[in-house]
Amino acid sequence: MKEIVVISGKGGTGKTSITASFSALAAGDLVAADCDVDAADMHLLLKPDMALAEDFYSGETAVIDPDACIACGRCYEACHFGAIHSAEGFYAVDPLSCEGCGYCARTCPTEAITNHPGKAGVWYSSTTRLAFTMIHAALGIGSENSGKLVAHVKKQARAAALAQGKPYVLVDGSPGIGCPVVSSLSGADYVVLVTEPTVSGVHDLKRVYELVKKFNIPAGCIINKADINTAIAATIRDFLELEHIDQLGELPYDENVTRAMVAGLTIVEHDTGALRETLQDAWKRVRLHVDSSTQK
Amino acid sequence: MPDIVIASGKGGTGKTTVSTNLATLLAERASVVLVDLDVEEPNSGLFIKGATEKFREVRNKMIPEWKADACTGCGICQKVCSFHAIVKLGKDIMIFPELCHSCFACSELCPADALPMQPIRMGETTLSQLGSLTFVESRLDIGQEQAVPLIAQTKAMVAHELRDTRYRIYDAPPGTSCPVIEASKNADVVILVTEPTPFGLNDLGLAVDTMRKLGKPIAVVINRSGIGNDAVEDYCHTEGIAVLAKLPNDRRAAELYSRGECIYTELPAFRTELEKIAAFVRSLPQGGRP
Repeated sequence: MKEIVVISGKGGTGKTSITASFSALAAGDLVAADCDVDAADMHLLLKPDMALAEDFYSGETAVIDPDACIACGRCYEACHFGAIHSAEGFYAVDPLSCEGCGYCARTCPTEAITNHPGKAGVWYSSTTRLAFTMIHAALGIGSENSGKLVAHVKKQARAAALAQGKPYVLVDGSPGIGCPVVSSLSGADYVVLVTEPTVSGVHDLKRVYELVKKFNIPAGCIINKADINTAIAATIRDFLELEHIDQLGELPYDENVTRAMVAGLTIVEHDTGALRETLQDAWKRVRLHVDSSTQK
Repeated sequence: MPDIVIASGKGGTGKTTVSTNLATLLAERASVVLVDLDVEEPNSGLFIKGATEKFREVRNKMIPEWKADACTGCGICQKVCSFHAIVKLGKDIMIFPELCHSCFACSELCPADALPMQPIRMGETTLSQLGSLTFVESRLDIGQEQAVPLIAQTKAMVAHELRDTRYRIYDAPPGTSCPVIEASKNADVVILVTEPTPFGLNDLGLAVDTMRKLGKPIAVVINRSGIGNDAVEDYCHTEGIAVLAKLPNDRRAAELYSRGECIYTELPAFRTELEKIAAFVRSLPQGGRP
């Protein structure tokens, strides 16, 4: 079983539309995982049934019992996150600023502070309208630990793929280079980079690829909206060649991509022409690269 | 001196487009600081051309450093660390900087003072000037996982150094998790940029819930207006959220963006809508919230 992770650095380059299209092309062969847990969108195209929903707890938040608090201020002194403030003669914790380090509780002379496990979000195991299993999640509003929720979603997706004998886990990642991205790259077999030929697209592609290199994972790239700036598209191709990144395909700037989304369909279901062909071809290449790396 | 945060749930909706064009437009008549808080993938600088760099500062986070000579091997440090960033292996103490949240518990609770906190680099901040526009960018080093401390330090620097600037515009990271919370929690107003598509609507809803939880006044800008459907406008209407402007969907805007160029100076229809956002910002009280 091989894990393929789709990321982009920059948001809005088309990660989710492309991941959903790949999943529609390989519906019988995979388990999908939406690891963009704080702004998940793939469910809008794949309509998962959310058959199983479970709370996910991670990290802790300090709570001060006002009856036990003697307002000595030691917790306030200890906290390096500015999460403790004084209100009407006693101290209180701002849960949005609390990192859950537990330092305050250790300094409290009256044991007025306890650490409560924080609900990081909810994760789901679903069957999509295209009949494959999808693991997804919703991070709680303002929650931390998106990286841990990502790791949990991936773990569940791998378990489902093994149980069902599916050859691929396909992961929709999140933008950026921080903890959720690091978490989605960990253990991946192949990375699909989705970029666009804009000054920011190429800038972010290079940064996220630096991260991919640290993990030593082979990668391929899809250039979306490739005709919006042909000069930058050419520099991206040069970069891919230089870095030995597989060139998986190029999609044009095409409002049909948005029309598919509005219709609640993947691109390959909505479009039967060139867009579909390019994506079919790209997925074939991904499979080829992933399968050949098995033999090594 | 209002603090205006430009955020979105979904990435790629036009945060940077709105931030850079708005800051440039406002700077035609007033002093403005534009702060790029998307420290994982900072892009605003690509659109602010010809600015002169005034300074560049390394940003550090604090992690404990083990002093073997002073250590008594009591193991309290391992016990008090909630992040498994410090581990006692036999007589040795091992520290994992990437897991450390800089809470200082191990350092300050060590009875032997064997774990003094030391700075290690996590990124850098640059400040540059272009006429009356000051541009501040922080950039997280690749491999660093935590954006929050860098965002917090950048905000503190701006609050301290650029107190008297007429407008402070912050380009926030995408999403709704801790980096966005940190970027937004001191804002006087949050402008959410979205697009009229199902993904835009879904992520706008998440962003609205997040900002309401933070108690922030919000307003919406719809980018690429005309490309999808009316669901975003209907949602804003139902929720009682002002739609400040509808930036037109135009391939020329996408092409200008792709080259890192200013859009409002080239496309009059875009400028008309951008002026509406600027008028809203100018109407904000000098000291605080609308």
